[in-house]
Amino acid sequence: MNLHEFLLSPDESARREGPHNKIVMSSRVRLARNIKGAAFPGWAKKADRIKTLDIVRPAVESLPQMADHFSETMDNLTLLDKNILVERHLISREHAAKNAGSGLVFNREETLCVMINEEDHLRMQALRPGLQLKQAWQAIDQVDSKLEKKLEYAFSPELGYLTACPTNLGTGIRVSAMLHLPGLVLAEQINQIIQAVNKLGLAVRGLYGEGTEALGNVFQVSNQMTLGEAETDIVERLSKVLSQIIEHEENARGTLLEKKPKTVYNHIGRAYGILANAHSISSKETMNLLSLMRLGVDLGLFPDLDRALVDELFVITQPNHLQKRYSDKLTAEERDLLRADMLRDRLRPSAGRSQPTPPPVAPKSLTLRPRPFCHAGDSPDFSLGPPRWRRHTLSARSAGNGEIGANEDISC
Amino acid sequence: MLCCVCKEKEAKVHLTQIVGDKMQKVDLCEGCAAQKGVNDPAGFSLADLLLGLGASQEMEQATGGGELKCSNCGFTQADFKKAGRLGCSECYTTFSEGLDGLLKTMHKGTKHMGKVPHAMQQSRELSDKLKSLQKKLDKAVAEEDFEQAAAMRDEIKATKEKIASIATA
Repeated sequence: MNLHEFLLSPDESARREGPHNKIVMSSRVRLARNIKGAAFPGWAKKADRIKTLDIVRPAVESLPQMADHFSETMDNLTLLDKNILVERHLISREHAAKNAGSGLVFNREETLCVMINEEDHLRMQALRPGLQLKQAWQAIDQVDSKLEKKLEYAFSPELGYLTACPTNLGTGIRVSAMLHLPGLVLAEQINQIIQAVNKLGLAVRGLYGEGTEALGNVFQVSNQMTLGEAETDIVERLSKVLSQIIEHEENARGTLLEKKPKTVYNHIGRAYGILANAHSISSKETMNLLSLMRLGVDLGLFPDLDRALVDELFVITQPNHLQKRYSDKLTAEERDLLRADMLRDRLRPSAGRSQPTPPPVAPKSLTLRPRPFCHAGDSPDFSLGPPRWRRHTLSARSAGNGEIGANEDISC
Repeated sequence: MLCCVCKEKEAKVHLTQIVGDKMQKVDLCEGCAAQKGVNDPAGFSLADLLLGLGASQEMEQATGGGELKCSNCGFTQADFKKAGRLGCSECYTTFSEGLDGLLKTMHKGTKHMGKVPHAMQQSRELSDKLKSLQKKLDKAVAEEDFEQAAAMRDEIKATKEKIASIATA
């Protein structure tokens, strides 16, 4: 089966709604399981890995939750496809590097994804949009209970489920949420939050998990300890911490708007200006600027713009998604040009450009506020409410001075 | 101070993490730090790194430098140091001594408190039942309550058969 016929389109994917999805982009619960007696994937010989795969894969495919599934061995996927799956957060970078003897099964809704022979024989994950940790845990718990009837797990009454890395021992659970925290970053409170969360024995990671940077102000918060605590307690504890982080993020946004509204609007306006007008832009800059636009959408600054469009752009401007769309032989420079073209198309649909996929809500001309631009020396008048941008006039106004804030470090 | 990974070069990167009341320290040379991905001092993978390195140090201390090897998969302590991961589920028995201290620093406890596979749960319950039946039988025999003893004997037999059928299933 063709992977790309099966995968949800980035647009469909971005439109899925969940509780608190202003701040919580997605929830995930993953369980690590191994087959009794068999060497762990990192130590097993290729023939043994293939043997394990041949036992595990049919068991996973026959799950009722996997009635409509995509299943493939990693050696049958191109590097590009594997990297696309990473950019969709369906598999880990580690799994993308695997070949013969490793496999992947996920369902049509992309709510359930099982990696076979990643670090452990089985890495099964339930994925949900927004904050839905409990639902994700219940879903994966059911899958696990079904699988344990077909497979003999490595389990010790003392140590629980035995895993390749002792850090996953016991429950083998990792409960995580992907958070968008531009408020805390702009308010320079993020390091305090990370430290506080670390002290609670929880880990904070970047966009693509272990060892990656927090591009686009997106952070993954997850439990670190897996032994000595029941799954439901871990889920509960993380939920509590998350609701506090959400509160802090909301407060940070509120305080910023109250104390430095112009700074916030300036960041967001410039982000939009660059995204909608650049002719060459890197993936990193795109992520960081899209993050600010997402914040703008949350704050109601782009009334005609859907958050789903921003979330979709987050995905389709990634290097491998661009390669897939245009050509897999693109250089980084060529990608930067095509990325900029794509962003201009999607963010300025009325600019007379060809529109391969118009945005969900085409911006009509918005009502201009009496004084949309503040001139030097003007005292800003915020009784009018937040300024709103009119997509095509902004570019015309700012193009004149030749510096659309290109060198400004907006990412903080 | 020498780098705790290569033990050759001078350590220039010093990492400390405090989890609960436990402190872990790792000292690395520039080369090893870059190799382990510690280029960003505020990096997020720090915790994982510390755990991995702390693990091998603890294990070395526990075994007094001797080399252990897993009889099931041939995995050695040196392999653990390199990979930070174990070879197979049996390794947990082989290296249990070294792992014990490590698990304490890494986790909330050292006893599994979570989910148990259903079959395991059943056999655990049955073996508990078996133990209590055996006690009742001993008591009945001691009190010369032979009717009760016979009933217990039959129930023990049935329970043992159940355990055997689960084990073979």
